Amino acid sequence: MTRRDRVARHASLNERLVFEKGSPGRRGSDLSAADFPRRELSELIDDELVRDSIDGMPSLAESEVVRHFTRLSDWNYHVDLGLYPLGSCTMKYNPKVNEKIARMDGFADLHPYLPESLVQGALEVQKRLEECLAEITGMDRVTLQPAAGAHGELTGLMMVRAYHESRGRGRRSILVPDSAHGTNPASARIAGYEAVHVPSNAKGTLDLDALDRLTNPDVAGIMVTNPNTLGIFEGEIARIAERMHAIGALVYMDGANMNAMMGVARPGDFGVDVLHLNLHKTFSTPHGGGGPGAGPVAVKDALAPFLPAPLIERDGDGRCRLDDERPESIGRVKAFHGQFGMHSRALAYILACGPNGLREASETAVLNAAYVRSKLEGAYHLAYGAPTLHEVVFSDRFQAAHGVHVMDIAKRLIDYGFHPPTIAFPLVVRGAIMIEPTETESREELDAFIDAMLKIARECETDPDRVRSAPHTTRVGRVDEAEAARKPVLRWRPPAGPAAN
Amino acid sequence: MRYIPASDADRRAMLSEIGKNSVRQLFDSIPDTLQLGRPLDIPHARDEWSLLEYFERLAGLNRRHAVSFLGAGVYPHRIPAIVDDLVSRSEFYTAYTPYQPEIAQGTLQAIFEFQTYMAQLTGMDAANASLYDGSTALAEGVLMAHRITGRKRFLCARSVHPEYRMVVETYSKRLGLSLETVGFLDNGRVDTEDLGGRVDDDVAAVVVQSPNVFGTIEDTFALAEPAHRHGALLVVNIAEAASLGVLKGPGMTDTASRRADIVVGEAQSFGVPMSFGGPHVGFVATGRERVRQLPGRLVGEGRDRDGNRAFVLTLAAREQHIRREKATSNICTNQSLCALMSTIHLAALGPAGLRDLALENVQKAAYVRRRIASETPHRILFDGARFNEFVVRLDDFEGTWERLLAEGVVAGLPLVRWFPELEDALLVCVTEQHSMEHVDRLLKGLAA
Repeated sequence: MTRRDRVARHASLNERLVFEKGSPGRRGSDLSAADFPRRELSELIDDELVRDSIDGMPSLAESEVVRHFTRLSDWNYHVDLGLYPLGSCTMKYNPKVNEKIARMDGFADLHPYLPESLVQGALEVQKRLEECLAEITGMDRVTLQPAAGAHGELTGLMMVRAYHESRGRGRRSILVPDSAHGTNPASARIAGYEAVHVPSNAKGTLDLDALDRLTNPDVAGIMVTNPNTLGIFEGEIARIAERMHAIGALVYMDGANMNAMMGVARPGDFGVDVLHLNLHKTFSTPHGGGGPGAGPVAVKDALAPFLPAPLIERDGDGRCRLDDERPESIGRVKAFHGQFGMHSRALAYILACGPNGLREASETAVLNAAYVRSKLEGAYHLAYGAPTLHEVVFSDRFQAAHGVHVMDIAKRLIDYGFHPPTIAFPLVVRGAIMIEPTETESREELDAFIDAMLKIARECETDPDRVRSAPHTTRVGRVDEAEAARKPVLRWRPPAGPAAN
Repeated sequence: MRYIPASDADRRAMLSEIGKNSVRQLFDSIPDTLQLGRPLDIPHARDEWSLLEYFERLAGLNRRHAVSFLGAGVYPHRIPAIVDDLVSRSEFYTAYTPYQPEIAQGTLQAIFEFQTYMAQLTGMDAANASLYDGSTALAEGVLMAHRITGRKRFLCARSVHPEYRMVVETYSKRLGLSLETVGFLDNGRVDTEDLGGRVDDDVAAVVVQSPNVFGTIEDTFALAEPAHRHGALLVVNIAEAASLGVLKGPGMTDTASRRADIVVGEAQSFGVPMSFGGPHVGFVATGRERVRQLPGRLVGEGRDRDGNRAFVLTLAAREQHIRREKATSNICTNQSLCALMSTIHLAALGPAGLRDLALENVQKAAYVRRRIASETPHRILFDGARFNEFVVRLDDFEGTWERLLAEGVVAGLPLVRWFPELEDALLVCVTEQHSMEHVDRLLKGLAA
């Protein structure tokens, strides 16, 4: 059966947009109006500011809404279904009990402006999480305000700037390795810095000579991802930190890969001054189809005065309070108290694991990655020979010789029932295939993935067309991304007549 | 550890297959001097039930049963059961960013629907896939106006939510942008005369909020004209998106000079729990000629190889993973799951349900406001039209506040924390969620 036939046959594969469904007069939500005297609307709001209707908004019954979104959900791959080996994304299992906790009465329905005396439980969750994250990273203070990793980067870099300004001069540039995630240079720019790229050496790590050449008094700091995006630990990190500190510059660590070393090593012990964590990576909060995440920032004492306000302080009697009196603070980076629903989940994860469980998580994540590396080496070109931790980066070099490229391999993996790894990143590897299995995969699941990857490697030699035309099993085939970007259609509009708005 | 499948036997077998003797050996690339060498000093592991007990105790410390009339950017609205049921499907919440469209059409189509709903409600051509929240959406809107105009001066109404303004301030000062504030009138609206006198050819944008932080509805159409006369943009922030069930969106006019250029806001009111202030869901909408200046992710409609309609992340050339430091923003993610909550809630409401919801808010808030004016000694401030919030100046603030609190009523938000001149003033929010019994308790406490 071809894809077209299947699409033609199954109602569930043909679910249209919600705007193309329903019928006027149907209702999916009732509201029994309370009994109190009302006025004419025109007495309350000027007529010219009142809208007549909401053009194009569909009317569906509750059951139709449920069926619509249930059908959509069926078209998604997800981590509860199988291995999701996106490198640097840490797609680990999201514990179910954490979902229950975040939804408890008293958390989900809590207004952020309730008086402090009425929100002691929520503040305790945040304070306890802050304390755990400080211990895990070896840092002194933590802000939970940033909403995501990139937001944490921006917050951290603004603090770097505030630190330098407090010493008389903001400085001009931030050093960013060429293997860094794209958010690093983008965050540097929004913090008002110029991003200066530092090349990697042949071993895939920071080039100390290049670093020395680029180091000057205008450098405010360096952004290091450790282990880096190749999965390699920057073994010279302590020396790099010494050199930065010698010129008064700071070390920022992108903590995206913290899952490699919980309980094994701590950034605060190797010279890092400020770092962000991704609760949705290392600390198991669900990715939600692309958010919400949360990006706490941890700092050493020297940077603590610049943390966003407010911070939670514990008084002598153990009660928590919000401290807004922070004159050197960079200000607020988000309204209210951060992504609280992610904070409760992350704390639940940490408390479920304990010190041994967190170490076991990192050890197993590294073991799983080493196992995959060892089994795929030979069939796929290993980009760098250096030892790797929680992830490993191959390239499509061997397969490219047969005219098959990384995108084809990724799409073919879908036919074998797996989400593809991160591809075409990091940029320092041409045709990169970046695999991070995480600790929550069983040996059998890893073996099935390895088997699929090896079969695809053989197919690239024996039947390259089959790989190039993949995926063959999905509801839709490969999407023409270039065409979609050329004439962007970003919303539904009614089919007939001029646009309503 | 129950989340980790590997047994000791698995570990031994895997280690031997890769030629290692111990797990410790896997970390040889981390110099010994940098290794921790002791267990982390955090609490010991809890089983599932003791974990639940711990959090139930903490949740119980939050006095959730208080009757609260708090709004100010986070709104207590009813959420139909289907929202949480549907977003609790693993298919949605345990998926990642839809990088592989062939196995992420569910997320992609739902985001496309969110973008459409936001465009319809605001009356703009296009909206993005969502941003972290309303406050960061406003900051991104300001940066976007700076990119479009190349200008650095902003005139921002003081009646924009103060925490939003603080976020904009944090972002803008590192980029050398200046944020000047414009005051408000006795009716709560922005001081148009002051604004008109200060907008000139250096101004990048006028930034207002409607309904503003006092709950007053602004006439954004009238505010657009003075800005546009000087080539400045109008950025409108909507912190209470449910208001769009009854109010025109800032893009809903045929006269270009009266239309907002960038509309940002917060969609928490649609299906997203208050959750102590986050996660919520920001949005940004604009005209079609400016979609390439939008920050954050966008989902577009396209075709697959067989000609089937398919959805895909698009206009990635704006984004950091392609453009790095030249990207329109450093944002890597959206708030997909919260955007999905809003989309499901809007689908369930439909146009009639949304209208009913909005009118119930308008009427009930107006009713409570009338009763406070007639039955209590307190004074209503700002007589402009409003959606579901209003301001009341309390006679004997301390006494009244404490008395109500003792009765389990949080009567509103004291505004003095942000506006020194509004001493003794409370911002009161009334929504469809407040029963007549809640209202009577408030009135009784205020009248006593």
